[in-house]
Amino acid sequence: MTFSPELEAKFAKMIGNYPPGRQKGALIPMLLYAQDEVGAVTEEVIEEVAKRLKLSRVEVEEVLGYYTMLTREPRGRYHIQICTNISCMLTGGEELFEHACRRLGIGNKGKTPDGQFSLEEVECLGACSWAPAMQVNYEFHYQMTPEKFDRLIESLRKLQ
Amino acid sequence: MKQTLLVPPHPLEKRVLTRRFEYPRTEPVWIDEYLQTGGYEAIRKAMSMEPEAIVEEVKKSALRGRGGAGFPTGMKWSFVDRRSPKPKYVVVNADEGEPGTCKDRILMGYDPHRLIEGVLIGARAIGACRGWIYIRGEYREYIEIMDRAIEQAYERGFLGSNVLGTGWEFHLSTHTGAGSYECGEETALLESLEGKRGNPRLKPPFPATSGAFQCPTILNNVETFCAVPDIILNGGEWYASLGTPRNGGTRLVCLSGHIERPGVYEVPLGMNLLTIINEIGGGVWKGRKLKAVIPGGSSSPVLKADECDIPADYDSLAKAGSMLGSGATVVLDETADMTKVLARLMKFYAHESCGWCIPCREGTTWLKKITARLEEGLGTERDLETIDNISQNMLGRTFCPLGDAAAMPAMALVRKFRDEILDRIRQAEAFAPAPGTQPLVVL
Repeated sequence: MTFSPELEAKFAKMIGNYPPGRQKGALIPMLLYAQDEVGAVTEEVIEEVAKRLKLSRVEVEEVLGYYTMLTREPRGRYHIQICTNISCMLTGGEELFEHACRRLGIGNKGKTPDGQFSLEEVECLGACSWAPAMQVNYEFHYQMTPEKFDRLIESLRKLQ
Repeated sequence: MKQTLLVPPHPLEKRVLTRRFEYPRTEPVWIDEYLQTGGYEAIRKAMSMEPEAIVEEVKKSALRGRGGAGFPTGMKWSFVDRRSPKPKYVVVNADEGEPGTCKDRILMGYDPHRLIEGVLIGARAIGACRGWIYIRGEYREYIEIMDRAIEQAYERGFLGSNVLGTGWEFHLSTHTGAGSYECGEETALLESLEGKRGNPRLKPPFPATSGAFQCPTILNNVETFCAVPDIILNGGEWYASLGTPRNGGTRLVCLSGHIERPGVYEVPLGMNLLTIINEIGGGVWKGRKLKAVIPGGSSSPVLKADECDIPADYDSLAKAGSMLGSGATVVLDETADMTKVLARLMKFYAHESCGWCIPCREGTTWLKKITARLEEGLGTERDLETIDNISQNMLGRTFCPLGDAAAMPAMALVRKFRDEILDRIRQAEAFAPAPGTQPLVVL
């Protein structure tokens, strides 16, 4: 399989970032960037990345099973990650997460039937001074409230 | 419009690393502005110094690792054998994940060239040919900022096959993580950099001997590298004089939780913890009273309000039975439910334990289950002893400090808030039958 020309250029550069013969270093970045483009780490992605980095399939799968951002199942178009760790918990992160579950009608790691939204309760996002924090895909949203959450969901729905 | 993450400067702050953080800017300092404000002067100076002299200067500065462990940076660098025939590497730990910590994102997001310059000086000191900045996957925004800054540095000849025309070759690139707290531990990070699961390595050998790709490596936190340019420009003694003996310089403190003005501030080491909270942070929010403080990220043992009148530096906090850690200060007000805090933290460590060492894998899971039970009001008094016992059996029995990081706050919370947790057990509402329940046996 081939990726978009931009991603192909990125991969070509990326493999050169590691010492000769140690191109396996590029494995995790490649999987993550490929997932962003394809939507999930599919069978084809696993095979393609393994081929390019001269790895066995199991070397790719063991990594895939370890890192929480990597997924075999496609997530929603907008993947919402809400932090409920200490700083966010103290400032309303758990209430925000519960509100999100009710509002979207799904639970942790669930996906709406139309495939638009998926939800995940996550550990510290490193935005503790602007808690409670959440991420929609790679975009951070700070000092969230249930009202701000509803407005955000509405605006994302309108984008469709 | 993009939201600024900066705070207005406070008079008690000492801005060295955050010198260019003009409130309320939203854009990073790109290379032209960096050069206009004294940027890349330090690497020019470092190129004229002997590598030993650079390490000596960093040693004099009493700079200690800002990632959590607080190991003296100059000493760490001096462990690298410059005569080794192997290539030498520099790795930046930007896998910021310690709950409460949010400083690396600010440093990379607003002054990315400062980090590149700090890395260059470290690389020069050990004679490295390559470096990586390992950034957590969620920080795509900051990976893109660093990538652009690195590109600019290549264009202007600060990176590449002929750094500053001296013939020295040094390459730098970013490397994304993909969601793992454990990868913030240095040897697990190196495994991850090599494309493997983030399991820690047995030490020794330390990374200075066998690090990235089994070559001599220096590995430091973003903030540590960011402090280096000013140390070289103004001298180690100047930097050391900003802090307290053996605890040189300034550090970034991330205030969060129940506080009036949360944010990332730069303070001299040794500033009183209560001054940081009450003056700089504006005190506990909503006019409430202080109950406890987590002074250095979730792994540091909690301090009760009456234990907080101490200087915030590595040695003083260690003396108080806690640690400065990553500089993340989480404030808890009088309404905070400590059983809930305990249960939430243990859930975190159980989720993030990589499973490599049994005391940690099993210990964190047990702690999670027991503390969840306590939170539900289903605990027993003996659970507190069990928590203490499990924690003691985790301490120091694992490859990496994740097991300790779970055990230390568990022990501190249970010991210091024993009465509060016991009250919860005694209330034991959960044992009362729900209204209208039919008894199973009618006598």
